[in-house]
Amino acid sequence: MNQYIPVLLLFLVSGGVAIAMLGIAEFLGPKDPRDKFREKMEPFECGENQIASPQQRFSIRFYLIALMFIIFDIEAVFLFPWSVIFQELGLFGFVEMMVFIIVLGVGLAYVWKKGALEWE
Amino acid sequence: MASIPIPDINIGAIGPEITLCVIAMGILMAEVFSPSRKNRDLMGLVAFGGVVVAGLITMSFQGESFTTFSGTYIVDNFSTFFKLICLLATGLTILVSIRYCEEENIHEGEYYALLLFTTVGMLFMASGEDLMTIYMGLEVMSLSLYALAGYTKTRRESNEASLKYFILGGFSSAILLYGMALIYGASGTTKLAGVSEALMGGSVNTTLIAVGVVLTLVGFAFKVSAVPFHMWTPDVYQGAPVPITGFMSAGPKAAAFAAMFRLFAEAFAPLQNDWWLLLWILAAVTMTAGNLFALAQNNVKRMLAYSSIAHAGYILMGVAAANETGSSGALFYLLAYTFMNIAAFAIVGIVASKGEERVSFKDYTGLGYKYPLLGATLTVMIFSLAGIPPTAGFVGKFYIFMAVVEKGYIVLAIIGVLNAVISVFYYLKLTVYMYMRDERVETTKIVLQPSMIIALLLSLYGVLIIGLAPSAYMSFAKSAFLSF
Repeated sequence: MNQYIPVLLLFLVSGGVAIAMLGIAEFLGPKDPRDKFREKMEPFECGENQIASPQQRFSIRFYLIALMFIIFDIEAVFLFPWSVIFQELGLFGFVEMMVFIIVLGVGLAYVWKKGALEWE
Repeated sequence: MASIPIPDINIGAIGPEITLCVIAMGILMAEVFSPSRKNRDLMGLVAFGGVVVAGLITMSFQGESFTTFSGTYIVDNFSTFFKLICLLATGLTILVSIRYCEEENIHEGEYYALLLFTTVGMLFMASGEDLMTIYMGLEVMSLSLYALAGYTKTRRESNEASLKYFILGGFSSAILLYGMALIYGASGTTKLAGVSEALMGGSVNTTLIAVGVVLTLVGFAFKVSAVPFHMWTPDVYQGAPVPITGFMSAGPKAAAFAAMFRLFAEAFAPLQNDWWLLLWILAAVTMTAGNLFALAQNNVKRMLAYSSIAHAGYILMGVAAANETGSSGALFYLLAYTFMNIAAFAIVGIVASKGEERVSFKDYTGLGYKYPLLGATLTVMIFSLAGIPPTAGFVGKFYIFMAVVEKGYIVLAIIGVLNAVISVFYYLKLTVYMYMRDERVETTKIVLQPSMIIALLLSLYGVLIIGLAPSAYMSFAKSAFLSF
């Protein structure tokens, strides 16, 4: 039976944290119900206004950043399995991965120098 | 510690692709780190040099036949032939672009880099021995082309072309990929040889395979702009920068045909009795619709776009015949077509002048008298497109019609010949405007750069030599077919 005590503790701690969070929010949060529920009732809480004209403009920089994020995110995804079996792959694996990183590095140097990373 | 098996990797086999990648990245770096006017002028020449080197490496593979990268990449005469066509298209396009870039004042760096990346994709397609290799090559090629089609950002049509091409191209890629997934599902392998073996074994799910074959056919039909998947072609060809239009009509089309050929002649060969009718109908509809629509055009760029649809139909006849003459005839036709189409579009670009404003038939009035050499060159290209001897276009059509007759598709041959006759009307309309109209229109002064002259002379040489002495080129095309 002893081996289940950590599980019980986990339940107690996580339950306690959840109750504490809700309680603190109730205690400290705004009391006016209109303020309290307006954001909560939105389908998504993303910080953007939910209902607005679809023809408003927004900056193309979002796309640039998102694209670059995906590229370098995927680079990281490839680096993880490579680093785990780095020893077994030996020199060949090292050179291959360096080529991969250099190719992406060229892309990074290009977007950097072109000013795509500057927000203003 | 378990050792990791490393697949056979033959770096030499992808030498042409690596060369082009390195040059393209070098150009990109030069563009951002030292964008002086002088360097930008050099970029075109560097890119051209890279294409020449890649071509030489490709030629050194002639006669060899091996697969590498775990059987996903093949080097044989077939791939070598198509790679040379693709590199030829890129080389000519670069020579033509040097003038265009100056006139339209566009950024050379990204332009040539994208052009070279497109070529890398095309080369991979020509060498793809695995569904995934073909798809990756196709995507590398298409993504660069979407950007190139919209390269003249200030022109409205160019933006429209890019957007249309991107959205429809995305759809077609998805359809192609879905077809490939079904083929994989039915046969259990993505390797072309494996698919063929599985089909021969006879234990595959025929419904899955049938849907897969049709979907891949639709995907490729879009890329080669066969009717009824051609809707994007006129708008994109009209809107894209002229050198890119010429390039799109030759290089990527050849690469798509290469992959399609290999897929149907190798992987789907056991099903030939089932798919030939599809290709038969596709070829007949494509050339008829292309030629009929071309009749009604007033814009020369648009006319050439519809004519390129019609030419895709002729080449599809060769694929439908799927015999030795048909296959090598189609290869031969693509070679001839590359020369004549890129040169024709180059001259359209010269006449169009800044902003591409002068592209209607009227703007060609009196061109033959004002610039006799340019007019004569365009006339030769037009004759070749129409298939009038002694040009390359005639020999190409001859071989393809012969193949279809050999195979016994007499009706298709008759449709083809009738189409060739229809096409003469709108091609010669251009020469009529050039030589037989009295009224003179104001033309801007035309000055040709050395690079443009070289490109035109090369094309002229190609069209006439292939037309007058086709046997050497034909035997090369034949050897490419036999290596299947």
